Amino acid sequence: MTFTRRRMLVLAAGAAAIPILPLAPIPAFASAEEAAKLMADFAAGKEAVAGKLKLTAPEIAENGNTVPITVDVDSKMEGDDLVQSIVIFADGNPRPEVATFHFTALSGTAAATTRMRLAKTQNVIAMAKMSDGTVYMDKKEVKVTIGGCGG
Amino acid sequence: MATTPKPRVRVPKSAAAGEVIVLKTLISHEMESGQRKDKDGKTIPRKIINKFTCEFNGQPVFSCDLDPAISANPYFEFSAKVTESGTFKLTWVDDDGSVYTDEQKIEVA
Repeated sequence: MTFTRRRMLVLAAGAAAIPILPLAPIPAFASAEEAAKLMADFAAGKEAVAGKLKLTAPEIAENGNTVPITVDVDSKMEGDDLVQSIVIFADGNPRPEVATFHFTALSGTAAATTRMRLAKTQNVIAMAKMSDGTVYMDKKEVKVTIGGCGG
Repeated sequence: MATTPKPRVRVPKSAAAGEVIVLKTLISHEMESGQRKDKDGKTIPRKIINKFTCEFNGQPVFSCDLDPAISANPYFEFSAKVTESGTFKLTWVDDDGSVYTDEQKIEVA
């Protein structure tokens, strides 16, 4: 097959027509597309709202092997105002899933800290699901000096 | 690297009733991601801790599903609301089926 100018235009138009989710990162790698899909699955049709969930991550991580991240949701943790779970995705890792935290009313606050691996400079995405089905999200770009996957 | 994973947990010894306390946990584990290759080019099989749970007097407090993107020696910091004295039971589940546990008592005044 030869790539004529016309054919290239058709291809470009086709690529641009792929729907991009609101707030989702622009799919640049296979993993980013996968992350977008997992995010859509987690949101289960709801639109992810920014604001209540706060993701804390370093702007620059010198060592991608241990990047400290903290998630925190402003929630009373009782009744309808209870965070059920928080997921973390990294859209530039070989596998976008990082962790899923599950909270209960006994948790007191919906906050957790852990350390994660980042293969390269990428977006870290956190999404929280409330007991009433509301979905919150936050996103941080972390610049990685030395990648933390493979060897 | 193939040492027995050893949990380290920090829980306050005492707390006031209804207080939200912070628990810090660390377990020594290489968290082999399944992405690395050895010097012959063969993939090193994945071996990670895939689940962590925390219970207080038998009630679930916090749990986490881990993926290979969690760093070696997985560290967790989370909170718990305590209303009575009791025991925190922390459990880590390995890919090979091993289960590592730790218990911490707390006095609630």
